[in-house]
Amino acid sequence: MKRGLDGPAPEERPTPAGRRNKQGIRIDPEVEATHLPRRTVISALVEHEPGVLSDVSGLFSRRQFNIESLTVGPTKDDDRARITVVVEEPDPGIDQIKKQLRKLVPVISARELEPDAMQRELALIKVEADDPAQVNAVADMYDAKTVDSSPETATFEITGARQKIEAAIETFGQFGIREISRTGATALARGTDETAAPVSATESAADEANQQEIPADDD
Amino acid sequence: MSERAAKVTPADEEQDDDQITDSAAPDAAKELDADTESTPTEQAEPVTNGAEAVVRALENAGVEYAFGVQGGAIMPVYDALYDSDIRHVTMAHEQGAAHAADAYGIVSGEPGICLATSGPGATNLVTGLADADMDSDPLVALTGQVPTEFVGNDAFQETDTTGVTTPITKNNTFASDSDRVGSDVSEAFALAGEGRPGPTLVDLPKDVTKGETDREPDAPKTPDTYRVQERADEELVAAAAERIENAAKPAMLLGGGVIKGEASEACREFAIEHEIPVITTMPGIGAFPEDHELSLEMAGMHGTGYANMAITHCDTLIGIGTRFDDRLTGGIETFAPDAELIHVDIDPAEISKNIHADYPLVGDAETVVEQLREAVDSSPEATKWRAQCQQWKSDYSMAYDAPEDGPVQPEFVVEALDEATDDDTIVTTGVGQHQMWACQYWTFTEPRTWVSSHGLGTMGYGLPAAIGARLAADDDQDVVCIDGDGSFLMTMQGLSVAVREELDITVAVLNNEYIGMVRQWQDAFFEGRHAASEYNWMPEFDKLAEAFGAAGFRIDEYDEVADTIADAIAYDGPSVIDVHIDPDANVYPMVPSGGDNGQFALAEDQL
Ligand SMILES: Cc1ncc(C[n+]2csc(CCOP(=O)(O)OP(=O)(O)O)c2C)c(N)n1
Repeated sequence: MKRGLDGPAPEERPTPAGRRNKQGIRIDPEVEATHLPRRTVISALVEHEPGVLSDVSGLFSRRQFNIESLTVGPTKDDDRARITVVVEEPDPGIDQIKKQLRKLVPVISARELEPDAMQRELALIKVEADDPAQVNAVADMYDAKTVDSSPETATFEITGARQKIEAAIETFGQFGIREISRTGATALARGTDETAAPVSATESAADEANQQEIPADDD
Repeated sequence: MSERAAKVTPADEEQDDDQITDSAAPDAAKELDADTESTPTEQAEPVTNGAEAVVRALENAGVEYAFGVQGGAIMPVYDALYDSDIRHVTMAHEQGAAHAADAYGIVSGEPGICLATSGPGATNLVTGLADADMDSDPLVALTGQVPTEFVGNDAFQETDTTGVTTPITKNNTFASDSDRVGSDVSEAFALAGEGRPGPTLVDLPKDVTKGETDREPDAPKTPDTYRVQERADEELVAAAAERIENAAKPAMLLGGGVIKGEASEACREFAIEHEIPVITTMPGIGAFPEDHELSLEMAGMHGTGYANMAITHCDTLIGIGTRFDDRLTGGIETFAPDAELIHVDIDPAEISKNIHADYPLVGDAETVVEQLREAVDSSPEATKWRAQCQQWKSDYSMAYDAPEDGPVQPEFVVEALDEATDDDTIVTTGVGQHQMWACQYWTFTEPRTWVSSHGLGTMGYGLPAAIGARLAADDDQDVVCIDGDGSFLMTMQGLSVAVREELDITVAVLNNEYIGMVRQWQDAFFEGRHAASEYNWMPEFDKLAEAFGAAGFRIDEYDEVADTIADAIAYDGPSVIDVHIDPDANVYPMVPSGGDNGQFALAEDQL
């Protein structure tokens, strides 16, 4: 008895010339371009209700989006919180993140910030205080504030762009660092540009804006 | 939007007519009618507690059926249901309740409702919720929860239900206030059905449902943060229209969203007007009549050879309401590699998720197809392409051998069932080879007649789905469940429900004494090592059916097929046919996972 169906076998069939890359984009097979990951800040305005942070973080983990940092805090409106997520993804992934975030019911709006957005992190750095003068000199250099000191240790608070904090940690390293605690970035758009606004109008406005040069941070 | 709601109106009118003709004084009849209409509102007692508000919310939403299982934490809600006209269908297992509600939603277009108690009741719903989520089926789950003061303490039958179900629901809510709980349910109902449908869940702590309130629930309304775009951007529509006009090899790909969005009619008109060949995804089955010349049927892993050739070679693909699942696309690199994609979807996140859309048209399927119809001025010149598609149809025809002295071939049984029933018959299935044969050999012509588990691929879906479908279907519509022996075994306790409710459904178990799809893969990819896939320990399903109080039938030979099917269909109540098919029968064509759709295998040696 016959098993299977009739018709020309696979090798007897024509095949099209085209190809798509892993992101489903039609490509020139000669070039085989795929988008590389880039770092960007996504800000979401959400209902300030229990479970919303796990909704958001759960979305990132189950869709395998790589989170660099995530911060959350209240806004001027008691019912709203702002979540700032720094991600490193190729363009199609960043697009997906924005769209998936907007689908969550407690998310009021989500947008990608422009590269010149103000971004700040906070770090607490506890260093060995064997040489207080030198330690203080480094602290001054980075505008670090002393928040605690003991005969053996000094703890500094430092805020700024990620690069500045990394640089400070690196420099403090010469004295011996005991402990570090860092927040992720929190961010706001510049000027009158709204970060993630209650209305949906701005949602996609900034989506294309990220091709611009990244201006030097003012720190 | 709901077919169900639409159906109610003519019936009511008929009744009005009767009353008017019966009555000598038409005015009196009108008065009588007005009285009848206002009765339900007059009768409705004010709510006194959260549970009554929950039930009132369901009543306000027009809910007719709810599927579920009792339990401690959900008891207040059941107590409130006791006085309601909503018909509660007690299921034998909560998984069945979720599938029944899911199928009810598919067939009726309105969210199906399922209930479960906290802990094990809620976790038993999980598979059904995940299934509904993957297939965007409208469904509302109401779960009991331990009293608020015990939440977080690992109390008896406590599970973090909202935590467990967050990734598999469109939205879920932990009800925290007796005054709000009715509105929470109304909102869950609205959210389940609006935009891209999906399952929603409200977790109901016992103190909240028992708590006093006189607050009537708000009308079903989605929250303000939930926004759906109905119309696609006009410029993009114009550009897409131009692309269609200039296409040499156009094809339409209709997904489940076409059926959910009630866009089948609009798509049919568009395809026929412009003579564009039509392919469907598996959830899109029924969106276009498979007996139409332009139909190429289903594409993908077990799609027809002609659909897969067409999808691979088209230059313009109009994908509507489809999410480009990997069972459809095969390897992304080789999916419609020469095609510019016009993608219509109500969910912006589906655009360019898997396949890059050249023309993203976000909006309601029916509205956007109408927009396209307005915008397309001339049909594409595709005579050669259509001829090519017809040629593929004959080259790769779905023909099988069925020698009379051999074992019964499953394709033959599916065709015999199709022949024995009307066009509007609803088919439900389990998951496996039988499901694929049902796709391939049943000729579907109407939307909402194909009820299957696509995205999650849940064995055991078929029987509970048949129960939900039966209650949503018209009385004169047949409901047939084509099941596998393994799938049937998973949820067949639902037969007790079908018997109790006197549901007229016919289950045909295509019994190959294997979990056949696994056996097929083992033969193809694991050197025929049948690890745990031989099911030669199966019970006799016809006798089992009888033990449940259903009618049992058995088929071993070809000459029994037609008569036995006729008897089973004619039986007024649940019947089960244990069909002993060729255990070695396999499903072809087949695109190995991640493979090239155009390189489908027609037989095992081509894999
Ligand atoms: C709940 C569940 N468990 C396991 C699987 C994996 N699986 C897919 S198809 C299949 C075989 C199904 O066997 P049967 O229902 O007898 O149908 P057949 O393939 O023989 O027609 C299995 C085990 C599944 N899809 N769902």
